Amino acid sequence: MKRYAKNINLVVGSIIIFGFFLMMIVSFFYTPYDVTAMDIPNKLKAPNTEHIFGTDEFGRDIFSRILVGSQTAFVVGLLTVIIGVVFGVTIGGIAGFIGGWVDELFMRLMDALMAFPGIILALMLVAVFGPGIVNTSIALGIIAIPNIARVARSGFVQHKEAEYVMAARLIGVKPLKIMFKHILPNVSSQIIVAASIAFAIAMLAEAALSYLGLGVQPPDPSWGRMLKDAQAYLIGSPWYTYAPGGAITILVLGLYMLSNAIRDIMDPRSKA
Amino acid sequence: MEIKNLKTYFPTRGSKIGKKNYLKAVDDVSLTIYKGETLGIVGESGSGKSTLGRTILQLVKPTEGSIIFEDNHLENLSGQTLQSFRNQMQMVFQDPFGSLNPRMKIGNIIEEPIKLQMKLSRAERKNRVKELIQKVGLSEEALNKYPHEFSGGQRQRIGIARALSINPKFIIADEPVSALDVSIQSQVLNLMMDLQEEFNLTYLFISHDLSVVKHISDRVAVMYLGRIVEIATKESLYENPLHPYTKALLSAIPVVNFEEKREEIPISGELPSNTNPPVGCAFHTRCPFAMEKCKNERPLLKVVNHNQQVACFLHDSEHKVTSETSETKKELVES
Repeated sequence: MKRYAKNINLVVGSIIIFGFFLMMIVSFFYTPYDVTAMDIPNKLKAPNTEHIFGTDEFGRDIFSRILVGSQTAFVVGLLTVIIGVVFGVTIGGIAGFIGGWVDELFMRLMDALMAFPGIILALMLVAVFGPGIVNTSIALGIIAIPNIARVARSGFVQHKEAEYVMAARLIGVKPLKIMFKHILPNVSSQIIVAASIAFAIAMLAEAALSYLGLGVQPPDPSWGRMLKDAQAYLIGSPWYTYAPGGAITILVLGLYMLSNAIRDIMDPRSKA
Repeated sequence: MEIKNLKTYFPTRGSKIGKKNYLKAVDDVSLTIYKGETLGIVGESGSGKSTLGRTILQLVKPTEGSIIFEDNHLENLSGQTLQSFRNQMQMVFQDPFGSLNPRMKIGNIIEEPIKLQMKLSRAERKNRVKELIQKVGLSEEALNKYPHEFSGGQRQRIGIARALSINPKFIIADEPVSALDVSIQSQVLNLMMDLQEEFNLTYLFISHDLSVVKHISDRVAVMYLGRIVEIATKESLYENPLHPYTKALLSAIPVVNFEEKREEIPISGELPSNTNPPVGCAFHTRCPFAMEKCKNERPLLKVVNHNQQVACFLHDSEHKVTSETSETKKELVES
């Protein structure tokens, strides 16, 4: 435990993520104000004792909206990672384990997917399927697949020649069971690291898409969307941008720190 | 168990279109392994001894030749039929750290083959696992631990328990002790010999260590560049080696007793490449007795006396005299 305590990435990263997680849980049961309640006379108020982050152009409490916006961020991140891991591990695992032309075909497909800049691909997918939390997650999940597939493939390639796999073949374990019961647990640490990075990227990308108006749609509060709305009042009410911008920055920073820490802990070779 | 003209070639990268290059890991090997014996296979790294073992179990598909186990051809089998033979032939692996899945408990590692291949109830299985772990000299508490909690020697014992779990008749041991300390080596070897007696096992024991092979084997085959150059009973091979390569190997064993007179046979040079082995006798590039004939013709394994077969032209003339007697000897052993 002592050597973990010295790991700044781990300590700060977990505190940040845990803080946001707590915020999200609390927001399900309690917010200081109703997130959709308008109060026009009090619009665009600077932070004060009643509204600690101020109010927006309709007089809604920004702090309450940040709280509820964290739900969106987590839901999109989680859905994205689930899609990315399920498909990425399946594709990468099959490619690495079978090898040969199957490997070649699957990985070239992944390369083709990777050739698109992520945000452009997401824009395209959202334009086709329409915006919304689920569609945004699907689009971001598809973008997350190639990275996770590559990590899974390299792990499976590395382990498929191991003697314990040969022993499993000798006693008649079926190939699918060898893949998922014998090899996957040994590759899981690398996959967890890739998934945690995908989670951070997804949250950032969701904010970017919502900022462009293609992600989460009103009335669902989203940090990226709040940032976009705030832009119009940047000169008169600059504090309006601080809350959503700060929330995005701190959350993504925390996620990167945490995923770096996980990588260091799980990979004995990188002793920082 | 009989192996006839077995060849395992791996295609190499960068071969030109129309002309494929191969790495000849096992090149025309014929062997007979008798029930209940231990056949040792020695050779330096890259001589194809591990590939031979893996090919016999069809972990690697042979390019040519046949593997006959109790009158059944094993090559080109697959699926359930292959599995039914694998149940009688198991393997003990070289690397005690790589051969056990680090994420599985010892109990599950040993139980898995029983679960898959034997029709036993849950309680019977658990009993059998307990019995096995005690047979190899570990306590029952080991079953709830993970592989990383054990030393190399203990892991090798677990590997042996796994191999024995489905009552095989034939075990291929691929350098089972080469990763262990010398003091632990003898313990594991003795365990294997005790188990052989108890379960009437046949071993194919692969090693690069001549003294280990001498300890455990009844007969010994010497491999060089994918070919068997000499095969003989343990006594004849160690006392009267015939092939120049065997002589050189034996003279390279370090001795404690300096007064003992020994003939030093130096061999120079490196092991030639498997992708492009020398024409004729594979050993002629390094052989101190190489003749013109060795560069052109490949010597075949020939019976020299009761106990010995050698692939070398130096012993060609003696062949005719003794072939008849060794035939009768062979029949005796087989019956």
